[in-house]
Amino acid sequence: MICLRPRHPEESSSIYKLHYKNTAAPVTGNKRGFSETVDLKLNLNNEPESKEGCTSHDVVTSVSKEKSSCPKDPAKPPAKAQVVGWPPVRSYRKNVLVSCQKSSGGTEAAAFVKVSMDGAPYLRKVDLKMYKGYDELSNALSNMFSSFTMGKYGGEEGMIDFMNERKLMDLVNSWDYVPSYEDKDGDWMLVGDVPWPMFVDTCKRLRLMKGSDAIGLAPRAMEKCKNRD
Amino acid sequence: KANQSPLYMTQDRTEMSEDDDDQSPPSDLRSEPPCSSSSSAVDSTPNKSRNCISSSGTMTASQPFPDHVLENVLENVLQFLDSRCDRNSASLVCKSWWKVEALTRSEVFIGNCYALSPARLTQRFKRVRSLVLKGKPRFADFNLMPPDWGANFAPWVSTMAKAYPWLEKVDLKRMFVTDDDLALLAESFPGFKELILVCCEGFGTSGIALVANKCRKLKVLDLIESEVTDDEIDWISCFPEDVTSLESLAFDCVEAPINFKALEGLVGRSPFLRKLRLNRFVSLEELHRLLLGAPQLTCLGTGSFSHDNGAHQSEPEPDYAAAFRACKSVVCLSGFRELMPEYLPAIFPVCANLTSLNFSYANISPDMFKPIIHNCHKLQVFWVCILLDLCLHDSEGPVSELGLQAISEGCRNLESILYFCQRMTNAAVIAMSENCPELTVFRLCIMGRHRPDHVTGKPMDEGFGAIVKNCKKLTRLAVSGLLTDQAFRYMGEYGKLIRTLSVAFAGDSDMALRHVLEGCPRLQKLEIRDSPFGDVALRCGMHRYYNMRFVWMSACSLSKSCCKDVARAMQNLVVEVIGSDDDDDNRDYVETLYMYRSLDGPRKDAPKFVTIL
Repeated sequence: MICLRPRHPEESSSIYKLHYKNTAAPVTGNKRGFSETVDLKLNLNNEPESKEGCTSHDVVTSVSKEKSSCPKDPAKPPAKAQVVGWPPVRSYRKNVLVSCQKSSGGTEAAAFVKVSMDGAPYLRKVDLKMYKGYDELSNALSNMFSSFTMGKYGGEEGMIDFMNERKLMDLVNSWDYVPSYEDKDGDWMLVGDVPWPMFVDTCKRLRLMKGSDAIGLAPRAMEKCKNRD
Repeated sequence: KANQSPLYMTQDRTEMSEDDDDQSPPSDLRSEPPCSSSSSAVDSTPNKSRNCISSSGTMTASQPFPDHVLENVLENVLQFLDSRCDRNSASLVCKSWWKVEALTRSEVFIGNCYALSPARLTQRFKRVRSLVLKGKPRFADFNLMPPDWGANFAPWVSTMAKAYPWLEKVDLKRMFVTDDDLALLAESFPGFKELILVCCEGFGTSGIALVANKCRKLKVLDLIESEVTDDEIDWISCFPEDVTSLESLAFDCVEAPINFKALEGLVGRSPFLRKLRLNRFVSLEELHRLLLGAPQLTCLGTGSFSHDNGAHQSEPEPDYAAAFRACKSVVCLSGFRELMPEYLPAIFPVCANLTSLNFSYANISPDMFKPIIHNCHKLQVFWVCILLDLCLHDSEGPVSELGLQAISEGCRNLESILYFCQRMTNAAVIAMSENCPELTVFRLCIMGRHRPDHVTGKPMDEGFGAIVKNCKKLTRLAVSGLLTDQAFRYMGEYGKLIRTLSVAFAGDSDMALRHVLEGCPRLQKLEIRDSPFGDVALRCGMHRYYNMRFVWMSACSLSKSCCKDVARAMQNLVVEVIGSDDDDDNRDYVETLYMYRSLDGPRKDAPKFVTIL
């Protein structure tokens, strides 16, 4: 199994000003809260599907404050783990089909943003308008960056073990990279808080932060977590 | 001896046919003569002066007269030799034959752009009119290789601009081509006739506009599955305003709207146009108008095959079936990019003549294509992807194996199939192997990894085994689903003509790869990913690698030390390890191995993430 893990434990000091939105509020109206937060599954899970327990969700949904169940509900059939370049369809084709499925015709201006992943030697660019939602973006990003595997033998276990109740804690705990974005005001935000169309409008740049860095993203959640102990 | 390390090594000696099995369905199936035949390459200067002009530096004035005669005769004979296999053989007879063959070869095929340098090409072949050049390995299409790996067209076009001003045709696959390259091409070759770009990238509509505008003798402009950036240029309007020589125009991959009025005008003044592949910005109504004006088409890419969004629907609705009925020559059909299924029956009138049908861009299910396939008795090539949603959501979906069954029953002449589905059964695959003995290309992609036969729960070994056993002409195979070493044992035992093999998430042990390396004598192109094959298997093929075009193995169990051993043992093999971390040379694991033979040593343009051992 190929995992993306930070190779060295890093200081959690972050040079970016991070805003943490209060996602602990219950989901009302259009607010997303924790639901549908994008989960960047950058694990290249080569486990065969027959091994039921090993596969992971592509999108972990709706972990609101009230629910106490783990999002990886064993009763649910696990979604297929995302694998790079599989099925062997040219990404160009995928994009075409995605855009075909859009109901509205006509061309829209593309919304290209740079995507950086901590530790990767080069950046990529994505057109946010090619995706219908956070999960599609997540898939695309994991496809893009999986070539930067740290090797089959993984790196050191530098992750801090959080309780896995909160969605954010799950992100930090189980996966190694947290998606953040720079908005129009120049602030660095956690991806997933706002409705998708708003995100497409306001996102200027994406950064996949190492999990240890992202601890700084959610100080309040961490606090609440600790309080539960 | 420089002459005896010939270019032929990069060109397959064993292949007997055009190497187009990995392109999108060919619009003509080896029945049409090549556009630029070598017989047109010979100029009409008198023999004597031709000899002197074309002689290499080593020919001296004191050559005895009979040799002159011999070479003139040879030249006149060899000019008719089209098959590159035959030419390769002829070039090996003796030095004289080698020289003359090099002078008369006008079509050069280079299966791997890194097998030799552009300089070597121009030094050996002096009168090239047509170049086919292939770059990246196929798995690069699926993000298995970081971008900027290489395969740049630039050094080739700049070298050829000086050496072959008479160049007429360039056919590139998986090359990186810039607008500057296209500009140089358009300017340097006044007689340029054919540009074919398959799975290429790096250029945009501005480069295409230049070619359209400056290549006044252009017959073929085929952009196939390439990434073309939209520079917001009306490139269709850049074609010359008078009658054109266009025979083939394919732009189905161009993701930008086009000026339909200009296109209509272009089609109207292109009396030789036979092949037209539209992009998805051409609506059904617009297609209708084009068909009425161009019933002589043999190959059609239908564009979106849906209504123009928001456009006023003309009342009464155009008779699409009648337009298709008028196109009596259509043998090759593709497109359907935004298929409105209710209009699919419009193509019934052409089904009986179809030899090639590409539904791979259509959101289509077996229920939809079964009635069509039923009428396609002459079908030789069929591509389809049975997906509900390319975002890989699992689906109970349509019954894929019945779709395969229907094809095998309706299309007994099938030669090439590309079939993507969610699940499959051995029985359906076995049925196809029995019903379609003419199969040369069988590519089945069961998208669920490691999926067994969904009825019996068994591996797909027997199905693929039947294919290699019963389809005696099989040259290309792509496997999928749950496969054990047994499947590979079958491949090694029966797959004697297989040249291209594509393996993913398959096999149990090194034995599987051994079976193939030891059993498939014609194997040229081997691409493997995510399979448990390691050093032992790699060593089994040492005697093979120099005679293959390439070997790709990613996410297998190879060690760097073994790859180093291979590199050391085979001097002319370039062994690339891609994606290994620069920081950690101690790591022995190899993420991606890509190796190929080369006459000119390792390439100089390798990016940082490539380590050449």
